[in-house]
Amino acid sequence: MNTMTATMDGATDNQRESDTAEKAPLDIRDHGDVGDYETIGEPFVDNAKMSARTVNVHYGDKQAIKDVSLDIGENEVIAMIGPSGCGKSTFLRTLNRMNDIIPGCRVEGEITLDNEDIYAGNQDTVLLRARVGMVFQKPNPFPKSIYENVAYGPRIHGLAHTKAEMDGIVEKSLQRAGLFEEVKDQLDKPGTGLSGGQQQRLCIARAIAVSPEVILMDEPCSALDPIATARIEELIDELREKYTIAIVTHSMQQAARVSQRTAYFHLGKLIEVGETKEIFTNPRHQLTENYITGRFG
Amino acid sequence: MSYNSTTAIQASLKKRYARERRFQWYGRLAVLTGFVFLFILLADIVSKGTPAFTQHFIRIAVNFDADKLEVSANPTEEELYAANFNGVIKQSLREMFPDVSGRKDKRALYKLISIGAEYDLRDSVLENPGLIGTKQEVWLRAHSEAGSYLKGQVDTQLDEADRRVKDNQIQWLDSLRAEGRTESRFNVIFFTAGDSREPELAGIKAALLGSAYTLLVTFFLAFPVGVLAAIYLEEFAPRNRLTDLIEININNLAAVPSIVFGLLGLAVFINFFELPRSAPLVGGMVLSLMTLPTIIITSRAAIQAVPPSIRQAALGVGASPLQTVFHHVIPVAMPGILTGSIIGMAQALGESAPLLMIGMVAFIMDVPGGVTDPSTVLPVQIFLWADSPERGFTEKTSAAIMVLMTFLIFMNALAIYLRRRFEMK
Repeated sequence: MNTMTATMDGATDNQRESDTAEKAPLDIRDHGDVGDYETIGEPFVDNAKMSARTVNVHYGDKQAIKDVSLDIGENEVIAMIGPSGCGKSTFLRTLNRMNDIIPGCRVEGEITLDNEDIYAGNQDTVLLRARVGMVFQKPNPFPKSIYENVAYGPRIHGLAHTKAEMDGIVEKSLQRAGLFEEVKDQLDKPGTGLSGGQQQRLCIARAIAVSPEVILMDEPCSALDPIATARIEELIDELREKYTIAIVTHSMQQAARVSQRTAYFHLGKLIEVGETKEIFTNPRHQLTENYITGRFG
Repeated sequence: MSYNSTTAIQASLKKRYARERRFQWYGRLAVLTGFVFLFILLADIVSKGTPAFTQHFIRIAVNFDADKLEVSANPTEEELYAANFNGVIKQSLREMFPDVSGRKDKRALYKLISIGAEYDLRDSVLENPGLIGTKQEVWLRAHSEAGSYLKGQVDTQLDEADRRVKDNQIQWLDSLRAEGRTESRFNVIFFTAGDSREPELAGIKAALLGSAYTLLVTFFLAFPVGVLAAIYLEEFAPRNRLTDLIEININNLAAVPSIVFGLLGLAVFINFFELPRSAPLVGGMVLSLMTLPTIIITSRAAIQAVPPSIRQAALGVGASPLQTVFHHVIPVAMPGILTGSIIGMAQALGESAPLLMIGMVAFIMDVPGGVTDPSTVLPVQIFLWADSPERGFTEKTSAAIMVLMTFLIFMNALAIYLRRRFEMK
């Protein structure tokens, strides 16, 4: 973290140019086309919870993801970074098949959850999404009470048989999302009446109420102020003990703070992936370095 | 900024603000014009229609003589039904004005009392047979022309030939009034009776109930079909040529003149399926055909307006597409769906042309007891009364319009109440 800041602040334009010259052998034709490529770093891990193999995603004629292979390890936080339109959100959405609802979207390749193909014909998306929860960019609580927001998932999945059980799930989920103390006296108030940061934590509580194994977060803090962001980042760190988390973020500081591994996407390709510390202190690909040093993106 | 551009902007500012002020005044003028016309319309209807809610009664001494009634001293019900109450009333009138002689004058005298009075009299005797053989002061319904004079609607300065209330009748009515034998009462019969040839006996109840039954049929057909079609087309149907074609056709159907639906109803429902003519059932079916496109289009718009984030949130916690739609999309879209449906129902309530085609224009005196009984509806009733020459029907026309508008306001109020309830959740 410190080193990264140093690089960013300390590097003069001259130094950056000389860096570019040094790293030239990595065969970059230009920023727009990285040509045939191989992901740099180690995309595979031993204790993979989910793994993607040569995944291609098309929106109609447009290819959004090209040959991405990546493992998401058990109980790790993996951050996906990259410039806008690089396909990181698309990739995240393939992990719980949220792309299914987009007309014209086609997914090729293999994605497994606990070694089961989630795109297999017999895979139920309802069950998949119960196991792989999602938190969205904009807080999107249901226009119902706080209690209902959290209780909805467990209710449709039949996870609670009595009112007391449901109360327990709601309380536990809100507590885990660090929201319980703030809202315990107003559980019947509408969830949409909370502040942005509270709403996002409510969405996290809603996601964990169905006890998923993996939580996908699509830029969960982009609509929040720094204080709310810090609160959520703390939360992500706590949640790692129980859940596997994949997070897409535009903030490199955030990626550096919350994740153990980082994957850098560029124009639909997974350019580089590795230990977060490694990526930020010693990026091996020129594009990665350009991005994390703020030269573009 | 250079001096030149600053002055140029300053010069143009004045013009721009003036333009805005002008535009605002046009807008205010437009709103004001609308309000003035609305006010004139309402004032006219209310001022013309209000007298229809009161009715004059005349008190006369009636001799319930068994002989005159042509019944025995202890009459059975059948005897009473055949009794000559009309003759008794006529005789009572002659007794009150003994000077009246000559057939023409006598007929003018009898015309002070409504021809419905004999039935009122019969009913009171049926209720209380003890009246037979006694002499009672009885309030009888005035004839509509007499009532219209008592309400002060007759211009006595006009030449007698141009008036329907003649000089001798005016004289009798004035003397009755002087003796305190006339009284203005709330017009109960207007709300309890069906149509009649006599204005003082004509009521709105048949048309009101006919409208209610027709709308009920329309609602129960058009609302579920329309909303389900909208949900399917918006949430589940694939986007292809066929659904595009369906969408275009729905939009075109919304613009089809309503009388065409009436012809369709006549040809299909009545001639082919042989459903009863003039019935609210067929009327409701025709109107639901007419209302369906409106409900589908507005419901689709309401469903489309539901933020995609809510759908994603529901799918994200593992709700099935059906659960997503029914637990989250529909509740949010419900206020819009209701608004659209009420607009469609209000259109249906005010529609007369297609109903003329299926025979709901017939003269029907009986209050309908169900959706298959012949009946008419409020707008058609208004049309029928507006067509009648009697003065009494002119005020009834306006009064019926007031009832129709009250019905409409009631429906809208219900819609607003339902919308509020759904928005609260």
